[in-house]
Amino acid sequence: MTDTTHRSASPSVADVMLSAIKNVGTSVFPFVVVILLWQFASLFFPRFLFPSLIDVFWRCLDIFSSGAMFGDVMATVLRILAGLTGAFIVGGLLGLVMARSKMIDNFLSPMLTLFQGIPALSWVVFAIIWFHGVEFRIFFIMVMTTLPAFTFQVIGALRGMSKDLTEMVFSFRPTRMKLFRVMIAPAILPDILTAWKVNLGNAARVVVVAELVGATGGVGYQLLQQQQLFDMAGALAWTLQLVFFVLLVQGALTLIETTAFRYRAVSERAL
Amino acid sequence: MTAALASENLASADAAIHLGNVSKVFGKEGADGSYRAVDRLNLDVARGQMLAILGKTGCGKSTIFNMIAGLTEPTSGTVRVSGKNPFSDFDAFRGKMAIVFQSDRLLPWRTAIQNVQLGLEMLDAPPADRKDTARQWLIKLGLGGHEDDFPHALSGGMRQRVSIARAFATNADILLCDEPFSALDESTAGKLRAEFVRLVKENGKTAVFITHSISEALEIGDRIVVLKRPAMIAYDVSFNTDTSAEERTLIRGRIGEVLAA
Ligand SMILES: Nc1ncnc2c1ncn2[C@@H]1O[C@H](COP(=O)(O)OP(=O)(O)OP(=O)(O)O)[C@@H](O)[C@H]1O
Ligand SMILES: [Mg+2]
Repeated sequence: MTDTTHRSASPSVADVMLSAIKNVGTSVFPFVVVILLWQFASLFFPRFLFPSLIDVFWRCLDIFSSGAMFGDVMATVLRILAGLTGAFIVGGLLGLVMARSKMIDNFLSPMLTLFQGIPALSWVVFAIIWFHGVEFRIFFIMVMTTLPAFTFQVIGALRGMSKDLTEMVFSFRPTRMKLFRVMIAPAILPDILTAWKVNLGNAARVVVVAELVGATGGVGYQLLQQQQLFDMAGALAWTLQLVFFVLLVQGALTLIETTAFRYRAVSERAL
Repeated sequence: MTAALASENLASADAAIHLGNVSKVFGKEGADGSYRAVDRLNLDVARGQMLAILGKTGCGKSTIFNMIAGLTEPTSGTVRVSGKNPFSDFDAFRGKMAIVFQSDRLLPWRTAIQNVQLGLEMLDAPPADRKDTARQWLIKLGLGGHEDDFPHALSGGMRQRVSIARAFATNADILLCDEPFSALDESTAGKLRAEFVRLVKENGKTAVFITHSISEALEIGDRIVVLKRPAMIAYDVSFNTDTSAEERTLIRGRIGEVLAA
């Protein structure tokens, strides 16, 4: 593979199809197992405990096809994305200044660690007491709960940057902008994507808690309704909306990883 | 011995590189565990000179190298490159100094040709020009056809050649090399060494070449400085193409003695 003139011929269409089917097969398999287990349970337990997944499926379809209900899903999705974006921007900036200055790091690190110990529910209470607008409250809760992780991940990525490579780039006397573009951004990108993957899961779990308070729409609000109606199929269907979203975004991030990080050398031996 | 000894008469003002009474102490001066890696070193390198710095491992060669490159600050003394302080006038050396490190230090996320273009990007060269220049250097170093390979798909020797191309592509007047060939097999190293001497001479550059191999120093330098720990000059000799084989043998023997002492 080191010689450009002897690259192997591109695989045939049939090979590509086969490997695609294989890929889909392996990624779907775990879900099939969970579905079968649940369906099995539904045969023995009352409907309000383990509703048949067929019911759940129809409920999901209802949500997709009803504009109002799908709007609830989108509202929640936007809240997650807004919160994560906010936390990423603030966390990224904090990470940069903390990696640059030991003093700022000494000051902020304990504070962020403290934040990490505060449960999401406490932030909910604080947000209600401190702020008025529902959307702002939710945004605040989302940012505060994901900020420490983002910041620590950015600092870790910056500190983990190769000193040798950084000095090499420095030896060309880059401007600050160019140093960022040429060295810092590509070096920390893999860690940033991992951080997004981890925080996405956290955010999806926090957002429903945040929505329990005051939101008049969104997945969290709908879940509360299902709880009051004692409707397990509905609760599952709404939960699945978030799961779908997380899977979708994770898939997109993984796609970016596989295309953007082609340069990585991969050992033929598994870890 | 006709080989002229240390050119002490060199005025520091026209020297390409001037180290005046330079010391470097790691850790807090005088404190426990502090280490004096360079001790009151005086060294001037004339424009167009190829200086080989020779010394045993751990004698402070890389430390001197990093001070000339402006990557570390001396604890005391003055370092001047083309009359400027490489550490505090850091940006003034953009495009003026090129460095080949001991290891290749290629950016893994860039292809060979993109790595070679790095220095030209810092100089804001137009994209088409820098691509052309980079390609020419890769071809000169025998890497035609590998422009779009990522470093992990290149062999160690190929990577080191890419890093040499990267240093030469900026056409800087001062070249610093820290044992660039020590990781290569002798025949590849020999070929690259000859190529390197040719490139430096052809382009009239000033070069500082660090090595711990006597043969390499004799092959490359017009002047050899032997360092003893903590970096102090123990022997300083200049020679040229007229220097006879016998004299070279004598110099080699003397260097061997100094190193062993
Ligand atoms: N960052 C540092 N902190 C403390 N001590 C250091 C540091 N860098 C170098 N030293 C010490 O300074 C001395 C000289 O190191 P240097 O890297 O300059 O050696 P060298 O001559 O380049 O050796 P080699 O030929 O093995 O590369 C060593 O003894 C080392 O212990
Ligand atoms: Mg060294």
